Amino acid sequence: MGKDLIDVHTRSAKDAVVIDVKGQVDLFSSPKLRTAILAAVNTPQLTRVAINLSEVSYMDSSGIASLVEGLQHARGKKLLLVLFGLQQGPREVLELARLDKIFTIRPTELEALADQ
Amino acid sequence: MIALRITSDPKLLSIVRAMVGQLCDLLDYPPPEQRKIVLAVDEACANIIKHTYKGDRTQGIEILCKAEDDLLEIVLQDYGPPLDLDGIRPRDLAEIRPGGLGTHFIRNVMDEVNYAHKDGGGNTLRMVKRFPNTSSKE
Repeated sequence: MGKDLIDVHTRSAKDAVVIDVKGQVDLFSSPKLRTAILAAVNTPQLTRVAINLSEVSYMDSSGIASLVEGLQHARGKKLLLVLFGLQQGPREVLELARLDKIFTIRPTELEALADQ
Repeated sequence: MIALRITSDPKLLSIVRAMVGQLCDLLDYPPPEQRKIVLAVDEACANIIKHTYKGDRTQGIEILCKAEDDLLEIVLQDYGPPLDLDGIRPRDLAEIRPGGLGTHFIRNVMDEVNYAHKDGGGNTLRMVKRFPNTSSKE
């Protein structure tokens, strides 16, 4: 009942999957993000998964946990997982968790999908 | 004093965040500090839902906020069994794995964090954040 706190949409872009996330990622909404990330990482014949966080205004530790789980799965499949468009709040949370240097973070989608 | 009582439904955490964020704005915390205080309270409520109530969405949580002298005091009251502190201990940040960050955030953001279990049942988590320009964590 009621509306979701986040919208999550997945689209293909060259040999990558882009996950567009919009809203607030917290204990309630993070399972939706986790499901989308794990589905994307398990898509055959990909080289990278890019997560668009430009419209995510809030992220808590459960959102960070979803990203970390996705990163671990991506590494296991030799995929690149890239975050892009982070707003200040989610970026600060990654920094608090000292994960800002662990993730590949790019300012824009263009840079997230560019060759490394 | 502000008091908010919610049921332990994760969907209601957005209301807690809005209330705490608005209060921090009124108290003139800079936006980065506002966001961190909101995060700490959100994580503390989430811990109650996950660890004290084991996901039961029908239990009660009270959030009491008091701004006095040079500090903001936020007290969370639940009505569950004693918390297993080992279950919410902050993890080593060198480990790259999901989970275990909520308590780290709370302790990193707040100036004081105290936990107590009441004999009659329930737990109290008291968190204190000094006002802007008086915090020792800047």
